[in-house]
Amino acid sequence: MTVHEVEVKINGKTYKEEVESRMLLSDFLRETCGLTGTHVGCEHGVCGACTVIVNDSAVRSCLMFAVQVDGQEMQTVEGLAQNGQLNPLQKNFVQCHGLQCGFCTPGILMSTTDYLKKHSTPCKKDIQDMLSGHLCRCTGYDGIVKAIEKTVEDQKINI
Amino acid sequence: MKPAQFDYYCPKTVDEALTLLEESGFDGKIIAGGQSLVPIMNMRLSTPDCLIDINRLQDLDFIDYEEGLVKIGTLTRQNRVETSDLIRQHIGLLSEAVPFIGHVQTRNRGTIGGSLVHADPTAEIPLALMTMGGSVHIASTDEVRTVNAEDFFVTYLTTDVMPTELLTEIHIPIWEGRVGYSFQEISRRHGDFALVASACQLSVDDQNRISNARLVLGGVESVPLLVTEANELLQGERLTDSLLDKVASIVSKVIEPESDLHASADYRRHLAQSLSKRTLQEAYVKAGR
Ligand SMILES: Cc1cc2nc3c(=O)[nH]c(=O)nc-3n(C[C@@H](O)[C@H](O)[C@H](O)COP(=O)(O)OP(=O)(O)OC[C@H]3O[C@@H](n4cnc5c(N)ncnc54)[C@H](O)[C@@H]3O)c2cc1C
Repeated sequence: MTVHEVEVKINGKTYKEEVESRMLLSDFLRETCGLTGTHVGCEHGVCGACTVIVNDSAVRSCLMFAVQVDGQEMQTVEGLAQNGQLNPLQKNFVQCHGLQCGFCTPGILMSTTDYLKKHSTPCKKDIQDMLSGHLCRCTGYDGIVKAIEKTVEDQKINI
Repeated sequence: MKPAQFDYYCPKTVDEALTLLEESGFDGKIIAGGQSLVPIMNMRLSTPDCLIDINRLQDLDFIDYEEGLVKIGTLTRQNRVETSDLIRQHIGLLSEAVPFIGHVQTRNRGTIGGSLVHADPTAEIPLALMTMGGSVHIASTDEVRTVNAEDFFVTYLTTDVMPTELLTEIHIPIWEGRVGYSFQEISRRHGDFALVASACQLSVDDQNRISNARLVLGGVESVPLLVTEANELLQGERLTDSLLDKVASIVSKVIEPESDLHASADYRRHLAQSLSKRTLQEAYVKAGR
């Protein structure tokens, strides 16, 4: 067994921890850092519940090891709200009923955050394509798509 | 599901990685994007004693253009390949193939080299490399050797890369003249591995006669299948409906697909025929433009 020291910046805060090589990043976030907003579903990269942003890319945290993020920057769902206020994307999820049971929501929010940073005017089809990386077992993703579309519209007005 | 224990190394240079690989012999494994390896480790289908992480080898993350050639570093993320203008302009088949791989969140991490070495028989990048007639560079502490796509894929999940070797570069020739290409696949859901996939690249002369064609099928054999007989038949011809039918019948004759949970052999044969026709037709139309 090998143990490694990992220093990583998550949501602007530095964490310095010791981890076993085999510790998955998803478990590190939840168990070592206490950031339980990141959810764990399938643990083979299919469901998307554990999606977080590592160095400006939305990725599956169940398919990375904690030791791999040494020296890097990350954002998890806990990093979205500012000063206790939900951000515009989160507010639109509430307004458009994009939550459903809520289990897959953190992953979807993180994928969407990364996606909207790189694509400012996606159409419905693009949004659906991005969402296909997430399994939501509740219903038809309708509220989720609406919440994202509304965020895109709001951003256009703000520009 | 959690992986078994292993030692972890994170080399900073290619040389260091190669030495580590040699020292660990058959017990070490490279981790690139981890999008195939980590699921397998999480399910304990693979329990390597040691992982050599190549993610810090920035030298292996590049897309370069040379006269007649595009070179791509093994660590280049699939998403970067997908959005590269250089690739779209010179080897557009690859840009067309990559969006079929998993989802944007897995392409953000998955690499071009990892997909080639993983060598799933329905995977998109192996199929595209074979269709474009590409080759790869494989390094060990002793040498760097070049292997053509035709010799690279050995069987299911097995390539010519030995346990102490590292795939470093992918070389793809830029075809001259009027070139067309097409990539198509049928999967049960978007983002899943294909049941059957087909890719075609061809060039035509001034009279719209086919001067070179490569039609390749995925998901019908243990490795991407270059349909040599069909490619020979197409040589010097204009594409007509009867020629397309002939190609479909060759395809049906040369493949031996298997039945599994997802599709019967008959259905795969049917898909292989229609997809072959579709890719050929689309590639031909594109080349004529
Ligand atoms: C939900 C999901 C859906 C997917 N769907 C598809 C799909 O539709 N089509 C598809 O093709 N793939 C699919 N994949 C797999 C794809 O995402 C992987 O990116 C790819 O197959 C492996 O690339 P990687 O960089 O992640 O490699 P890794 O998983 O890190 O490695 C894969 C294998 O290659 C070896 N290896 C990697 N790099 C090198 C190197 N440079 N030299 C020597 N050996 C090396 C490793 O040791 C390992 O054996 C999917 C994955 C997920 C999680």
